Amino acid sequence: MAMLRVENLEVFYGVIRAIKGVSFEVNEGEVIALIGANGAGKTTILHTITGLIQPHAGKIEFEGHDLVKTPAYKIVQMGMAHVPEGRRIFQQLTVLENLRLGAFTRKSNSEIQASLKRVYRSFPRLEERKNQVAGTLSGGEQQMLAMGRALMSDPKIILMDEPSKGISPLIVMEIFNMIREISSGGTTVLLVEQNAKKALEISNRAYVLETGKIALEGNAEELMNNENVKKAYLGE
Amino acid sequence: MSFISNLINGLSLGSMYALIALGYTMVYGIAKMLNFAHGDVIMVGAFTMFTAAATLKFSPAISIIAGIIVCTLLGVIIEKIAYKPLRKASPLTVLITAIGVSYFLQSLALLIFGSNQKSFPMLFNFEPIRVNEDLILKSDSLMTMGVTILIMVALTLFINKTKTGRAMLAVSEDKGAAELMGVNVNKTISITFAIGSSLAAVAGLFFGLTYGFIGPYTGAMPGIKAFVAAVLGGIGNIPGAMLGGILLGVIENLSKAYISTELSDAIVFAVLIIVLLVKPTGLMGKKINEKV
Ligand SMILES: Nc1ncnc2c1ncn2[C@@H]1O[C@H](COP(=O)(O)OP(=O)(O)OP(=O)(O)O)[C@@H](O)[C@H]1O
Ligand SMILES: [Mg+2]
Repeated sequence: MAMLRVENLEVFYGVIRAIKGVSFEVNEGEVIALIGANGAGKTTILHTITGLIQPHAGKIEFEGHDLVKTPAYKIVQMGMAHVPEGRRIFQQLTVLENLRLGAFTRKSNSEIQASLKRVYRSFPRLEERKNQVAGTLSGGEQQMLAMGRALMSDPKIILMDEPSKGISPLIVMEIFNMIREISSGGTTVLLVEQNAKKALEISNRAYVLETGKIALEGNAEELMNNENVKKAYLGE
Repeated sequence: MSFISNLINGLSLGSMYALIALGYTMVYGIAKMLNFAHGDVIMVGAFTMFTAAATLKFSPAISIIAGIIVCTLLGVIIEKIAYKPLRKASPLTVLITAIGVSYFLQSLALLIFGSNQKSFPMLFNFEPIRVNEDLILKSDSLMTMGVTILIMVALTLFINKTKTGRAMLAVSEDKGAAELMGVNVNKTISITFAIGSSLAAVAGLFFGLTYGFIGPYTGAMPGIKAFVAAVLGGIGNIPGAMLGGILLGVIENLSKAYISTELSDAIVFAVLIIVLLVKPTGLMGKKINEKV
């Protein structure tokens, strides 16, 4: 059974139908890419999954639980973390305070410390800058912090919204390596990207979203060789 | 009166403003709204203590605790009934609702207690402290300052050291991101109203003790002054509210003593206008970070 299942999802902004009956699945252990152009509805889908937006219709199930009826703040506790678009770190708090907020729902101090050590091992820069106010970090460092913060909840699945946006190529490499590492550590990944090439390289399967609908789906290699995908998303 | 006693009375008045300003600023920071009914919560606190002590003859301690509990509950209830349904409404709608709540509380007090001022029971026996011939300190002023300092230290520790405090900081910066961390935003907003209203109750106590009389409109003017203090310090900023409140009280009292009683309020507002012209975000307000 799929870990996360989205079925016939419909989302409206006022009268505008942004998501038009989207269905997809993420199985445990997979890296799934959701690619699409600006305004296709990728962010809307992630926000709806984690409860920041209420859908008009459709089902969202995570490990058999109905997420539509679950308030956003309870979803983290179920093991789902979300690295939002634009990172949305707490700019006025320090790096360490941000990371601690990532572990907000966890009780055991020793487990939190262990996660903190893991995050520092993955992102040594965050440890060097742990007492720095987060708003003064560079864009790439802020993205690392957003990812580290999500990992602090020790999630079973992590949703990432365009982690490569506005970041220099070198750091993008680092971040995609991190996603691989997160995945090989056993965490399932749902990755939203406009950088289709990079996303397809590290994913098992992918869905292509066009104006609120799934236009194509398949395993990543297939899609990379698909003529339409090549033209529209890989710039070939 | 000597300069020192004028200054101390100003600091004491300023402490009262600071306590009220904290409620304005915390609620603004977290719920992004101006709770104009906040001043009237002071009045409710004062009347609760008045009723408990003068009418029901409870002990001072119990009367004060009753006032604090009633205000705390009132703050939470106001938020639940009047503001929570408007979470997604325009700021103007919320502002008008807040003004409505303010009138409602005033009218309710008018209905129950009438329009005559009531004499506030002297809950403590204050002896003036005579330092020397020129310097006589009012012990109620000293108590007001002392208690306010304790409250500020406790509040600062609470916000910076506890999980709930951190959640408040997170919500004030980005509600959505805070929810993604597992913070229950509605609960955090409730707690903020509870804290702000309990501080207003304490301010109500000091107001009653200092002036000796309370009435249905008792909370209005200190409420407005405290709002000015919050803006002066930088609305949404907690140390700013403390600083703004104390500055305002000192400026008001020194103006009264050395310039003119009639002009003191005008001077207070002139200071606000000048500060905002020079620094639109208030004394300690931070520039809003641009989103990338
Ligand atoms: N708050 C909102 N109010 C109204 N319309 C919105 C809102 N947020 C998004 N939309 C619209 O919904 C559609 C999908 O937007 P969404 O942000 O989900 O796209 P996206 O695929 O994430 O795009 P991008 O790659 O640019 O981030 C767009 O047409 C957008 O204009
Ligand atoms: Mg997006």
